[in-house]
Amino acid sequence: MTPDQLFQLFIAGLTIGSIYALIALGFVVIHNVTGVINLAQGEFAMLGALIAITLTSETPLFNRAFTVSWNLPLVVGIVLATLLVMGVGALVYLIVIRAARTDSVIIQIIITIGIAIALRGIALIIWGTDPYRLPEFSEGPPIHIGGAVLTRQDLWVIGSALALFILLYLFFQRTFIGASLRACSVNRTAARLMGINVPHMMLLAFVLSAGIGALAGIVIAPKTFMGYDTGTYLGLKGFVAAIVIGGLSDERGAIIGGLLLGILEILAAGLISSGYKDAIAFLVLVVVLLVQTTGILRRGTRREAAGV
Amino acid sequence: MERTTVSASHDTASATTLAPARQIKLLARHPNLIAFAILVGVLALLPLILKNNYQISVLNFIGLNTILTVGLALLMGYAGQVSLGQAVFYGLGGYGAGILAQRAGIPPFAAIVGAAVITGLIALLLGIPLLRLRGHFLAVATLGLNVIFLLIATNETDLTGGPNGLSMPTDLSLGNFVFDTDFEFYILIWLVTLAILALSLNIVNSRIGRAFRAIHSSEIAAETLGVNTARLKLQVLVLSAVYASVAGSLYAYWIGIVSPSDFSISFSIELVVMVAIGGLASVWGAIFGAAVVTLLIELLRNFLPQLLRGASGEQQIVAFGILLVLIMVLMPEGLTTGTWKYIRKWRDQKKVSNSK
Repeated sequence: MTPDQLFQLFIAGLTIGSIYALIALGFVVIHNVTGVINLAQGEFAMLGALIAITLTSETPLFNRAFTVSWNLPLVVGIVLATLLVMGVGALVYLIVIRAARTDSVIIQIIITIGIAIALRGIALIIWGTDPYRLPEFSEGPPIHIGGAVLTRQDLWVIGSALALFILLYLFFQRTFIGASLRACSVNRTAARLMGINVPHMMLLAFVLSAGIGALAGIVIAPKTFMGYDTGTYLGLKGFVAAIVIGGLSDERGAIIGGLLLGILEILAAGLISSGYKDAIAFLVLVVVLLVQTTGILRRGTRREAAGV
Repeated sequence: MERTTVSASHDTASATTLAPARQIKLLARHPNLIAFAILVGVLALLPLILKNNYQISVLNFIGLNTILTVGLALLMGYAGQVSLGQAVFYGLGGYGAGILAQRAGIPPFAAIVGAAVITGLIALLLGIPLLRLRGHFLAVATLGLNVIFLLIATNETDLTGGPNGLSMPTDLSLGNFVFDTDFEFYILIWLVTLAILALSLNIVNSRIGRAFRAIHSSEIAAETLGVNTARLKLQVLVLSAVYASVAGSLYAYWIGIVSPSDFSISFSIELVVMVAIGGLASVWGAIFGAAVVTLLIELLRNFLPQLLRGASGEQQIVAFGILLVLIMVLMPEGLTTGTWKYIRKWRDQKKVSNSK
């Protein structure tokens, strides 16, 4: 393996890693603010991608009962799809999570798995089993950096992930609402005593995470086929990324975890065997969890100690 | 929950001095005996009513799922450990029996026992590190194991037959008797299920069972009272793995072939759902949950296409997901325990109003 090929794999890993990082971020935002592990996070990505595809290109729906061809401009489609998925996130919180007042991790996990199954089923009814693809965001020849070839979509994925990270950082650090969200993740009771409307913040966390998830699904949709069941694996990988480094409660840990996971996965597929590509994520997960039971950065320790 | 902690610690601390408590315990065991007798009666009568093979095979699935859920209920409800990878042990039983029979050429029942022993050992080795994890960390680690298992089953074609699956080399036979109809498997599967139910009820009502409940209520409290929590959790994991392995082997011999899709993550999740619907800490709940979910999935698969034009059976999963969320939101204790709680509450309220 030449250094150029290695670099090529690294770029590919960075691209898919950005997606994992975004989904992982969604897990962390919801978990920090609400204490819930939302295993339907990958479904937000799937919905975002499929809705964007439907809005921008001709798509047969409901078992080919009718075909829509709105052919909206890509930007409009992306914005609308993201907003719609944010609405789904709000509904998930308002209808289910708010009603389920339980501290049991098992019950919480089953509830969000139920949500994931229902969303997947709805997608199956609307879009069927066919996978779809978005066109690349911008046309043009691939870009050569050193010996590696970068497609324009790779740049879009990495670039939009980076932009989202920066925007979210500014939102959490520089705005009042962002600070309120952070207060909720430090201590919900204290936040309430300080006059923060905690249920509103929880709703906002779900809306925000749904939006992040949807965007992740949309930017990766030109690179990979999206179908009703694509969200499951994306969600699982995002979960692993969120948990391995940051123990599910550290945003930076989630981003680093996602990028590392993507790179590791692609390197393993390129160097060892592509058949076991998906096993790498979980092998890493199991090993890391066994060495450090609360993630490498260990921010989860306090929450765990309080929660169990 | 609090009540069980108190009684559990009480019993273990001074079990020898309390004769009346023992009498109450004997009485408390009677409902189990009665329920067991009713179950045996129903199982004996059902084949008389059901004549077609499809219905018998649904009952077989309920039996296999009961074996799996009883083990999982012990693990989740009594020892408080989530496993989203129970299909791994089920798969080890199926593939294990097949590979043992094929490679070592041993008789079917020896292969089933051999697979169970191997699965138990694997569960022991995996459990020592895994059970240090808690809550969602354990959930995702077991989920990861399931993914790895599926990839091995798909990729190691020489051993497992890959995506096409592994055919069992022979029929299941005992001496000269060959099990080759759904009805013969019905009898075998349910005999095993009843044996496992009886064993599990005994475990739950024993000192070990009380220790399990103590761990579930508070691990720290249980440890201060001298319960070796780590060892007990490991024991219950191995027990549930052996149950799952036996179910997997029976499934493999009944169907004749096992493939990776039989042991998917969604099946692991379905099992957790069965346990949750039955009520986390209830052996009877486990059989109830297994029956309800198995029947529900079959019903949705058969009736949804008739209700919704153009709907394929696969679209049952929407209804499944929504029902699951509803039950877990409204009755987090599960259908049986949840209903009991409501009845008890209603009775207590009536008692209070009467005494006034």
